[in-house]
Amino acid sequence: MITKINHVSIFVLNQDSAPDFYVNKLGFKVHTDVTMGPGKRWLTVCPPEQPDLEITLMAIDEGMMFKKEAAETMRTLVQQGTFGFAVFECNDLLATYEELKAKGVEFTKPPTKEFYAFEALFKDDSGNWFSLGEKK
Amino acid sequence: MIQDYTYPEVYLYRRLLQAKLFMDAHFHEPINLDSIADEAYFSKFHFIRIFKKIYRRTPHQYLVHVRMEKAKQLLQSSMPVTSVCYACGFESIGSFTSLFKRITGRTPAEYRKQQLDLIADKKSTPLKYVPACFAVKHGWTQISNF
Repeated sequence: MITKINHVSIFVLNQDSAPDFYVNKLGFKVHTDVTMGPGKRWLTVCPPEQPDLEITLMAIDEGMMFKKEAAETMRTLVQQGTFGFAVFECNDLLATYEELKAKGVEFTKPPTKEFYAFEALFKDDSGNWFSLGEKK
Repeated sequence: MIQDYTYPEVYLYRRLLQAKLFMDAHFHEPINLDSIADEAYFSKFHFIRIFKKIYRRTPHQYLVHVRMEKAKQLLQSSMPVTSVCYACGFESIGSFTSLFKRITGRTPAEYRKQQLDLIADKKSTPLKYVPACFAVKHGWTQISNF
């Protein structure tokens, strides 16, 4: 019986700059950062209150996972902001919004009371968008 | 990029944020929470109450948290434990050690050993830390030296 999820993936354009966004701006922690060789890096981060949930910052490179054309397509789709890989949660949306904005995070929607939640939307440094909501 | 968004409590939130960011940047120094409250134009009582409401910790609890997180980071380096203590703004090695043990369940030295062992293990056998399905998909299991 499945009990929980322990890895999720976010495709990023640059594994070298992504930690600056997820760690220094969002406040996540590096969980695992190992290198199998040149261009072969396994990098995961975790939210501060979920140390067992590994978010893999996945490179989009031609190789066994992506053929050349697929990698190019995927990079374009990420750059265009096609993907919303996650919904994040915080204790106070206005406080978190002010802090992330002060740290240079780009919001595409300010804190807004919707019928389903009090929510804001932001982008990472690759173009992926995320929903940020307030914990009920 | 959205245009400037504003709301009634914007100045309150920004004042509190400045106090929080000040603690983030100056945790290694002796910090007087009275003067932080003054800088944020709050009475000390209101500062503590509103800070806790928004950040779920009192300013003092938050400062201890920031110092502890930095200590955990520095303990993964070769910096002596005593130096870590003072670099993080703690005033005595005794109180640092007992607080560290209370929060993490280990002494700073025990925590350091555990972290350095983990770092060494990740360096020598990185594939142990990669889910097998991803390693196979990437072709990393074909690399003979791991």
